[in-house]
Amino acid sequence: MFGEKAIELIRELHRASDGQLPAFNEDGIRQVLEEMKALYEQNQADVNEAKSGHSELISTIKFRHCSLLRNRRCIVAYLYDRLLRIRALRWEYGSVLPNAVRFHMSAEEMEWFNQYKKSLATYMRSIGGGEGLDLTQDIKPPKSLYIEVRCLKDYGEFEIDDGTIILLKKNSQHFLPRWKCEQLIRQGILEHVLS
Amino acid sequence: MSEAYVPVEAGFGLEEGYLSLEDILMSQERLPCRAETALPRLAAVLGKAGAEPLGSVPEGTKLEIPLWLAKGLYDNKRRVISVELPKIYKESWRTVFTADANVVDLHKLGPFYYGFGSQLLNFDSPENAEIAQTILQTFIGRFRRIMDSSQNAYNEDTSALVARLDELERVLFRVGQKGLNDFQSWEMGQASQITASSLVQNYRKRKFTDLDS
Repeated sequence: MFGEKAIELIRELHRASDGQLPAFNEDGIRQVLEEMKALYEQNQADVNEAKSGHSELISTIKFRHCSLLRNRRCIVAYLYDRLLRIRALRWEYGSVLPNAVRFHMSAEEMEWFNQYKKSLATYMRSIGGGEGLDLTQDIKPPKSLYIEVRCLKDYGEFEIDDGTIILLKKNSQHFLPRWKCEQLIRQGILEHVLS
Repeated sequence: MSEAYVPVEAGFGLEEGYLSLEDILMSQERLPCRAETALPRLAAVLGKAGAEPLGSVPEGTKLEIPLWLAKGLYDNKRRVISVELPKIYKESWRTVFTADANVVDLHKLGPFYYGFGSQLLNFDSPENAEIAQTILQTFIGRFRRIMDSSQNAYNEDTSALVARLDELERVLFRVGQKGLNDFQSWEMGQASQITASSLVQNYRKRKFTDLDS
């Protein structure tokens, strides 16, 4: 049956359903495109034959055409869903992605991610009364300006607003401006301690 | 906390979501058909190859083809195939659903019982009205139990509860669970806690953290 390779791509992506990005399956895509090319060529040949009187071929041509459209749908859905996941990464990780995630992206996806990053940054600079507004901050409404955080891993030195440099060492606890550490908490380096 | 990644939603009723992974998997389910015209050169593809791989599939052959193909080939102007009902949508199973929808293992039968059933309405079968009615009544009959269990299973293993649910019902169950968990964390005053992103946490489980390397 046609379209088996294409559904395999979709299954692979669906299995990683919690929004993770599996490695870009370049080989799978290539195989689907090859199948589509073969289908197209067979159809071209049969269309020419059908024109010269073999009208019983029309059902077969239709059959292949449906398979072509199906393959296209699977590929487009595969790429689109990956873009949704990549876009989510920008909001979850911030603008610098860990290497392991980057290795799972194709060159074009990397390019798209950079463009998205730029568009978002331009937009965030343009709002907020000329000063810009970081939309990834304060996703939950803040209750206080400072929060208590515990370090989950050795991170190194970290500068806060007034120029003080503190050392983020594993298991150390600090009282920091919320907006400075929100992203580090999202990345799993700090833990928010509720008092 | 709303997640940043939201997958494309499945379609509703007769419409499929073109880019929805769920719907693409749903339309891969097979249904029984009969070829209304001969299909030349397709014997090998349809697994009917005898001696010659480029042989023709004769008219009247019984086929099992995926829903997407059936939808593409089903056309009133030029009848290539006619569609038969899969057994769980037939009269005999419909009586089972009417008797007590709760005892049926829809995951084993489906797992896209509702989605696939709605798609069957695209083919003008004389039993369409009954199929639609059965699907609807099945959903009504099962919904109360799903809602109930999703709202009351807090901090426990839910795999037994969802094992017999159809894919659509699983989505509903998860939504209910999320609501319950969010409410509980609000009650305990944890709603304002900033947490690590679930994406990050999942990558960590798989040892993908080279954030510091």
